[in-house]
Amino acid sequence: MSARPWKPLLIASLLIPLAACQTVGTQDDEGIAVEDRAAGSSVSTSGLDDAGGRVRGIGGIGGAGGASGLAGSWRGKSVDDPTSPLSKRVIYFDYDSDEVRDEYRATLEAHAAYLSEKRAAATLEGNTDERGSREYNLGLGERRAQAVRRLMTAYGAGGNQLRAVSFGEEKPAADGGDESAWSLNRRVEIVYGSR
Amino acid sequence: MRVRRPLLQVLWAVALLTTGARDAAAVLTIRITQGTEGAQPIAIVPFAVNGALPVDVAEVVAADLARTGRFAPIPESDLPARPAEASQVDFGDWRKLGTENLVVGRVRPEGSAYSVEFHLLDVFKGQQLAGYAIPARNDTLRRAAHKVADLIYEKLTGERGAFATRVAYVTESRGATGNRRYSLEVADSDGASPHTVLESGQPILSPAWSPDGRRIAYVSFEDGGSAVYVQDLASGRRERVASFEGINSAPAWSPDGTRLALTLSRDGNPDVYVLDIATRQLLRLTDNPAIDTEPNWAPDGGSLVFTSDRGGKPQIYRVASGGGAARRITFEGDYNARAVHSPDGKRVAMIHGARGSYRIGLLDLDTGAMRVLTETRLDESPSFSPNGSMVLYASGGRGGTLEAVSVDGRVRQRLSVSSGTVREPAWSPFLD
Repeated sequence: MSARPWKPLLIASLLIPLAACQTVGTQDDEGIAVEDRAAGSSVSTSGLDDAGGRVRGIGGIGGAGGASGLAGSWRGKSVDDPTSPLSKRVIYFDYDSDEVRDEYRATLEAHAAYLSEKRAAATLEGNTDERGSREYNLGLGERRAQAVRRLMTAYGAGGNQLRAVSFGEEKPAADGGDESAWSLNRRVEIVYGSR
Repeated sequence: MRVRRPLLQVLWAVALLTTGARDAAAVLTIRITQGTEGAQPIAIVPFAVNGALPVDVAEVVAADLARTGRFAPIPESDLPARPAEASQVDFGDWRKLGTENLVVGRVRPEGSAYSVEFHLLDVFKGQQLAGYAIPARNDTLRRAAHKVADLIYEKLTGERGAFATRVAYVTESRGATGNRRYSLEVADSDGASPHTVLESGQPILSPAWSPDGRRIAYVSFEDGGSAVYVQDLASGRRERVASFEGINSAPAWSPDGTRLALTLSRDGNPDVYVLDIATRQLLRLTDNPAIDTEPNWAPDGGSLVFTSDRGGKPQIYRVASGGGAARRITFEGDYNARAVHSPDGKRVAMIHGARGSYRIGLLDLDTGAMRVLTETRLDESPSFSPNGSMVLYASGGRGGTLEAVSVDGRVRQRLSVSSGTVREPAWSPFLD
């Protein structure tokens, strides 16, 4: 029962993941992971990896939560001012929909104005809930990110300041298998500092 | 006749190869959650050996056959004798046991290797049904045992066995600091001998076996966005074959192994393309403002099915492999996605969503009839066993397990990992 078949495969399996680890975990120029960049934009410390994604997701819900959730990382820039509309950086969607609800228009307008004024760059990360197919959800997440991008460029942001990325259902903000979690996961996150 | 036997069945905690520090190769255990009434009894005598072997061949064979739900191996303690060859069998003893089929065998040393020899006997006729010798080494002994099970299964059911095959899947776990770890694993079809193909702090999805079983294509987010890789399993060498702006995903091998169908959004929105692996030439197969994704080749290579929401909701369409107009093939249910052909090309399994539930549906391509195969929730990523008898799929969303169901719906298995969650199963082709 405790045989060791597939020795060549095992050896290979030991080598490859190591190489992959180096790529994934570091923040060098080629291997920067999106989550790392995202965390780096609002939190000054390194080593905040996936947890950073979750914090950001929660931060967008209540407006003020955005900065406080990041535990003292606010350094006074307007994007991190909890009273600014710029502190809202998560746009939520209905099921299988990429329609941006009217309630988010002012938020997107403020971000577009900030981008055009500061010549900043942002990544729009599209996400979905877990229902249905992962690959279709990858498409749906991109469609949501592009819907946000279209609106922001209409509000004056430059197309080259905005990059749309989709994670589909792979990076949920909330665990859980019901609508309360799903509604938090159908989202686009505006992440400054990329490009 | 169906009968539910939820917890009654044996739990096979299969052999685990841990590679020292690596806990990511989590234990995959397989449990029958529904079997069929009247599973056929079969006596499998422990194989005669000289000295100790790393694998109990008879035990592997018995577990393989039992897992199908169609066979009920007789407990070793109930066996009246331990013959190793047909000439040593007193058929009278075995007739009293009420079993029709008897397997005897031995593992014969041949230098530093072995010959695994067995005979399948009809107890009532007193005849041999099959007899084979399979060469093996220490590191292929387990595979040889699965081949024994394959040959017995084929002789008794008329259908080729798929035990000597492998399964790829993705696990997700939390590291010590709470960060997510993703791992692409490959294990034997019974969950034994898992090994890690790729480990990453970023998501991995959609593993796809090359038709020769030597390479796996998959999607990895390790560079920030999605990219498609092809990795050689033996050497571990891999190549990034698609990393355009936007989505690079859903790889599917052509039956001849020379091309990969995949989804790219480099031209604005997700469409299906075909990549010639040797020349890197791209053929755009669909051009539609909708989401077109999840291509899967028909076994004859002449066409592909794919998911598209061009009609408003995701449905399955078929397009010729050279391109052209796509034709919708699903009309039942408000959500059909991730379609895969059965090995004989006569059926397509898919995620079938109706009234808020997502289950695995099986579409008969001749009649157009859709049958819902599963009773679990949030089902996804169906994959046929290479003999077409089972559909392996993921279930339960983020708390996921793998499930397998026979295409007739009579036998159900659950495959779970010791820690973390498991998803994105892909059953290998035959590996002979």
